[in-house]
Amino acid sequence: MAFRDGPFENLKVPLIWTAGLTVLAVLAVSVFLLLSQRRGDPDSQNAIRGAGDQVSGGVGGVLAAPVRWVGAASDYVGDYFFAVSENRRLKEQVAELQAVADANIALQNINTRYEAMLGIRVEPDVEMATARSISESRGPFARSRLIDVGTGQGVRIGNPVINEHGLVGRVVGTSSRVSRVLLVTDVSSRIPVLIDRTDARAMLTGDGSGNPRLEYVRGTDSVEVGDRVLTSGDGGGIPRGVPIGVVARGIDGSWRVKLFSDRGAIDFVKVLKFEDFGQLVDPETLNAPPLAALGTAAAPAPATGPQPGGAGE
Amino acid sequence: MRRPVAVRVVGPLQWIIYPALLAVLATLILATPVTLFGLSLPEPVIPLVLAFAWPLIRPSISAPLMLFVLGLFLDLLWYAPLGLWGLVLLCVYAAILVSRNFLMGQETRVLFVWYTVAALGAFFLAYVIVTIVAGRAPSLLALLGQIVPTLLIFPLADRLIQRFDDGDVRFR
Repeated sequence: MAFRDGPFENLKVPLIWTAGLTVLAVLAVSVFLLLSQRRGDPDSQNAIRGAGDQVSGGVGGVLAAPVRWVGAASDYVGDYFFAVSENRRLKEQVAELQAVADANIALQNINTRYEAMLGIRVEPDVEMATARSISESRGPFARSRLIDVGTGQGVRIGNPVINEHGLVGRVVGTSSRVSRVLLVTDVSSRIPVLIDRTDARAMLTGDGSGNPRLEYVRGTDSVEVGDRVLTSGDGGGIPRGVPIGVVARGIDGSWRVKLFSDRGAIDFVKVLKFEDFGQLVDPETLNAPPLAALGTAAAPAPATGPQPGGAGE
Repeated sequence: MRRPVAVRVVGPLQWIIYPALLAVLATLILATPVTLFGLSLPEPVIPLVLAFAWPLIRPSISAPLMLFVLGLFLDLLWYAPLGLWGLVLLCVYAAILVSRNFLMGQETRVLFVWYTVAALGAFFLAYVIVTIVAGRAPSLLALLGQIVPTLLIFPLADRLIQRFDDGDVRFR
């Protein structure tokens, strides 16, 4: 018996029912996807995200070109109209920075002498990869960027990303040519920091706004408005001393940080190929005596007098 | 003698595929990291327009599937938790589908009020999910910065409804 001759011949399901059933089925898949992951966990669904980033990076790169031209044209117009005020501002800035540059040379000289005298092992330079930002998300639920370098250029998950002003974020996903950078303003970003003036430790936590919060500040009165905030290097994920911003009071009364990286466009960034401190030194150097002077100083002379607490002759 | 009536059949290509592709294209362009006169581009949730308009045009099996794909696209492009925007868009679709009988044929102002309610509900849901996943509540000011442009693109939803509502005489 053919199906059309059966009892279902005249069965008609309203379209709204089938649509509703489809909604329920796809809703269940969405909930499953949400429950089966941990955001920020590099191993979680990295393959799907990597493929997605690769595709959207390629398409975004093509689409970005004409939009960049429009942006460059607007910058050109802005430069034309604000050339005089910009010139005045820059002259003042150069005059201020000249004094800072002189002081910097003197301090560098003193610092080099101290390092030589104490035999301090300074951290070696970290290799970097320059990248261009392809696309960005700037909403309240996610703040990230795609950059056009990937594992092919030696970029790894966890690498810090900076621009010429300060810390931008860290790499949370990589593919062969494109990487995903989680910005310090993202709601899931946590960066251990220190206050430059007091050396107090704190945690920089993003909340999707432009100015991340400063939480878990250690010590009393250790933070004031205008204090510089640097990375503390705690945890070994990011080198110590990378500038982040200055402390400010939020409208809700909380401590927040005005980011240095916002001073300019984050078009071009540098990826620090830094994973942890272990990669920076070889074991032999690590096991070397901590003070260089110990290797050259004369051996201690044997004691001639009675030892304190000794039995004596 | 009655003259034959020309039946205009509007297929899913016209009212589902093309608008979805346009939404993807617009989202990609707005994700470009460019600043115009010192301001970055807005980031509205454009597929929310489709989630509101599609159930009003007609119930369909392919519309929720396409919304799920669009949600995945947003999750991957914006690095949101996978499944977040799919869930949010489908909840809006389901809510409008249920209240379809009340909304059909209403004037634009009434539809805007409903669109606002649906968008606020969608953002509230996304806010709660992200708060649970990230362990921290996102900034309300930043949230407002995405709600406002999303509400401002309501004319696109209205145009889509006007264009395709009763576009296929078989659904009259």
